[in-house]
Amino acid sequence: MSNPRNYQTEAIIIKGVKLGEADRILTLYTPHLGKIQAVAKGVRRPRSKMAGHLELLTYSQVWLARGRNLDTITGCQTINSFLQLKSDLWLTSCALYVTELVNQFAAEHIENYPLFQLLLKTLEPLCKDKDKELVLRYFEINLLNQVGYRPQFKHCVACNKALQPATNSFCSAAGGMLCPNCTQHEFLTYPLSVNALKVLRLLQDSDYATSSRLKLNSSISKELEGVMYDYLRYLLEREVKSATWLLTLKEQKGMLVPNK
Amino acid sequence: MDQGSIPTSEAVYKLIQGLSKLPGIGPKSAQRVTYYLLHAPEEQVKQLSDAILSIKQKTKLCSVCFNVTDTETCLICRNEQREHGKICVVEQPQDVPALEHTTSYHGLYHVLHGAISPTEGIGPDDLKINELLERLKSNKIDEVILATNPNIEGEATAMYLSKLISPMGIKVTRLAMGLPFGTELEYADDVTLTHAIEGRQEF
Ligand SMILES: [Zn+2]
Ligand SMILES: [Zn+2]
Repeated sequence: MSNPRNYQTEAIIIKGVKLGEADRILTLYTPHLGKIQAVAKGVRRPRSKMAGHLELLTYSQVWLARGRNLDTITGCQTINSFLQLKSDLWLTSCALYVTELVNQFAAEHIENYPLFQLLLKTLEPLCKDKDKELVLRYFEINLLNQVGYRPQFKHCVACNKALQPATNSFCSAAGGMLCPNCTQHEFLTYPLSVNALKVLRLLQDSDYATSSRLKLNSSISKELEGVMYDYLRYLLEREVKSATWLLTLKEQKGMLVPNK
Repeated sequence: MDQGSIPTSEAVYKLIQGLSKLPGIGPKSAQRVTYYLLHAPEEQVKQLSDAILSIKQKTKLCSVCFNVTDTETCLICRNEQREHGKICVVEQPQDVPALEHTTSYHGLYHVLHGAISPTEGIGPDDLKINELLERLKSNKIDEVILATNPNIEGEATAMYLSKLISPMGIKVTRLAMGLPFGTELEYADDVTLTHAIEGRQEF
């Protein structure tokens, strides 16, 4: 038994499920322990000292005690509460989308430090940067890199030829682009404009600072959103629930005006 | 008798199992209640079992506010003494008695039966939100008080409702969020403290 009985870690709270009368089972994403689950006792009571530090979308230092089934949280202290995210409906929804994807793609107890950094470095700009869509697209592309589904944007995945500046298509089943020639033999492909493809390549190969200088017009934004939702849905074999919610909000006028 | 041993009667065993699934009742309390009932007068046990059955068979949701009631509309909605221009929106039926217990609110309620939860796929159509909007259109309402829970889902629901209701020219308020009574400042988290500072009042 080399595991100490008590341990501590930084964590971002990515999911919470009610347990019994006053408890919650939380899913935490941590820098070195990957995704873990733990019980937070009494956090649904109004006088809980821990509740605010363990709310969804909060970055906290967490102390835990090992248990037979689930570990129990014994203490916590907020590092960043991402207050801006929580005071705007659209931002809250974007952040929940990000954490839903991390929860879906991350394996339990497998360290993925770059993914932790990506999650943190996505929640921060969601709070302050203008183009939230760009933040989301950067996150999706780099999440796929981190979890082993890096899409191929340079060559045709069927004939391996370098892609020409024409309307090539993304094929979720093949995990990458198809040239116009090969597209004819495939079902369910997603045509991408030359500019949209350029943006995807840049997001895949640059850091966030470089990517954030991009200016996306609404038609490219829409193309990118469509192709990413398609691919993510294909990989997860189900709808991304909070993506459906983001689309619902977009359809309703007046829902996206940020509270400033 | 040993507390942990398995009862020799299947009926006893079944009731213990059933009771121990209830909130706040562990296996030991379940056993104590079971043996109490075993020795209680049959009439008392029958009354209890009828009472349990009737919460499933005789209750329905109020056609106006969707609170739990035995009649078409609930006692609160029918009470002429209450302020019919105010609606307090809550997530669950059990939130109503909590607010009523304070005796400081005299308006009406609207029970949503949940909160918006994007990651669980719970959206406005799964809640009594359209019913609320209809109520606001067809009645003279001057204030809607959003009393959803102070967590991510409750907050998202409140923000969503506020965006729908404010354009209707109705005053929308949110229950004040801040430090719960009896707590100590040093343990408060940033969100709670920020709300407490923003919502400070002259002393
Ligand atoms: Zn090809
Ligand atoms: Zn009613």
